[in-house]
Amino acid sequence: MEETGRAPLIELRDIYKIYYMGDEEVHANDGISLTIYKGEFVAIVGKSGSGKSTLMNIIGALDVPTEGEYYLDGQDVSDMTDNELAEIRNNMIGFIFQQYNLLPKMNILENVELPLLYAGMDAVDRRERAMESLDRVGLKEKWKNYPNQLSGGQQQRASIARALAGDPSLILADEPTGALDSKTGREVLDFLKKLNREGNTIVMITHDSGIALEAKRVVRISDGKINFDGDVKDYAAIL
Amino acid sequence: MLQSFKMALRSIWGNKMRSFLTMLGIIIGVGAVIILVSIVNGYMSYMIESFTSMGVNRITVSYVAMPSRSIDVDEFYDFYMENPDLYQQMTPTVSVSATVKHGSDTMDSTSVGGYGEEYLDIMGYGIGAGRSLLYSDMASRQKVAFIGDYVAEELYGSAENAVGETIKINGDAYTVVGVAERQTEDAADFDDGCTDDFVWIPYSRAVKLSRNANITSYTFTSWDTDSTDACTEALESFLYDHLLNENLYTVTAMSSLLDSLNEQIGMMSMMLGGIAGISLLVAGVGVMNIMLVSVTERTREIGIRKALGAKRRVILQQFIIEAAVTSTIGGVIGIIFGSLCSTGIGSLIGIEAPPTVGAVIVSFSVSVGIGLIFGFMPASRASKLSPIDALRSD
Repeated sequence: MEETGRAPLIELRDIYKIYYMGDEEVHANDGISLTIYKGEFVAIVGKSGSGKSTLMNIIGALDVPTEGEYYLDGQDVSDMTDNELAEIRNNMIGFIFQQYNLLPKMNILENVELPLLYAGMDAVDRRERAMESLDRVGLKEKWKNYPNQLSGGQQQRASIARALAGDPSLILADEPTGALDSKTGREVLDFLKKLNREGNTIVMITHDSGIALEAKRVVRISDGKINFDGDVKDYAAIL
Repeated sequence: MLQSFKMALRSIWGNKMRSFLTMLGIIIGVGAVIILVSIVNGYMSYMIESFTSMGVNRITVSYVAMPSRSIDVDEFYDFYMENPDLYQQMTPTVSVSATVKHGSDTMDSTSVGGYGEEYLDIMGYGIGAGRSLLYSDMASRQKVAFIGDYVAEELYGSAENAVGETIKINGDAYTVVGVAERQTEDAADFDDGCTDDFVWIPYSRAVKLSRNANITSYTFTSWDTDSTDACTEALESFLYDHLLNENLYTVTAMSSLLDSLNEQIGMMSMMLGGIAGISLLVAGVGVMNIMLVSVTERTREIGIRKALGAKRRVILQQFIIEAAVTSTIGGVIGIIFGSLCSTGIGSLIGIEAPPTVGAVIVSFSVSVGIGLIFGFMPASRASKLSPIDALRSD
């Protein structure tokens, strides 16, 4: 079990993300500062248009902020090039998407292997690691199947296996239950909790406060600003 | 890299119809280049072959005799004798239109001509039976004939039977003194008008038949093709000295004719190859078009790959390899198609037109190159997609 001590994994300092729509400036993120420590399970909650997706893109190293600094495990990510960001995503972040985002023309083993392939791992290790990862989500027997041969819950588990394969420092889940019925959504959430208990740091983006309650800590975004940041119990109290 | 090839093949296979249509352009382009170049080359070697069989060291001379100025046969012979270092052989040539008969058998397409005693050597034929025409035949205007094997077979049954027999040329009886060795190799070609269908008589005799006072055509041979220019010049100055007018004579060297023919065919080959090359270019634009569509369609896939850590180079490589593999497969099919067609067309029009190694190499590398060049733009576009925008698309 990894140490859940006080080492900050994510450090956001005064993050601004500004878009221009015509002449109008849109502050999608308007001065966000946030620190997330290793071993935490944080839900970032907000309505659509609140800026939570922009924040997720920045945390996920898919985008860089207009202003401000972002340290991921001590590395300054805020002004990295495309290729450096790709490397960060590959090494440090495991994505779980709402739409699973599995490649339809590959079987799930190949899908899970993909981040390892980009990391430059050789074929034998790749396969071994991917199979281990599929085993963790209980899909070892189905490795030959193509995504469209699996149920939604199974696809999401495959995408979790893909996220886990590279042994990332951070698991970033974007509405992980959004496309699932409540029962399978429940299973996925339980699985994420289990991963967190095993020491993984998880950041989950959601619009649903009910789902946010599954995390340990909740950060609420509104109009590009954080207007709540605290323990899940405190969040439950204000609902 | 290997993975990229596998992925490219899978993607091509996954879109069979579209991939085939993309390849079709390349197939037609490459096929056209190979067919055109091979056939032109086949035609060229056929021409060269027939020229070579006529003798590349030959120089033909003809002039127009004026009542006031003409050149006697003896003057040509004197000129020839004076330049033994330049000329190897020489013969007057007198073509005669005559009917050839033996008894009731008539030969229709036999070519009859009057030549000097060296003509057999110039032609490079061997003697099948009897003897060749001799100087003494020329001097005494003997009514003797040296005939081709086909004439001998047709009129007398065999070369041996022909010797000593008479042959009637325009009603005059000539004695057959010899028969040339058979030149036609293919039995199917051994027919009227073939190489063996000829009758040679002494030029001194033929000039009487042709009712001309002078012999105005001659064939010289040089010792080798390199000295052709000197031989031509010497002949021209000899003719000018006698005729005093450049327009009254022509001196034609086979080798220079062959050179200019080569040049022309080479240009034609380049031009046709170029035209076919344009179709390859069009095919390249087709590849680019399809790859652009493919990039647009697979925006989401690209987004996923980038989110998972694919660098620009990896995406670029994936799409370029896909384009290159598509056009390479097209190129290979095109080469096979072109080779079959050019061999087929060649045998239809009766020339040997195997695909030239050059055309195959060039069109193969051009098709690979097209994939790389025209695949680059779409691939570069794909690699520059932002993962956020790409993930957002459906």
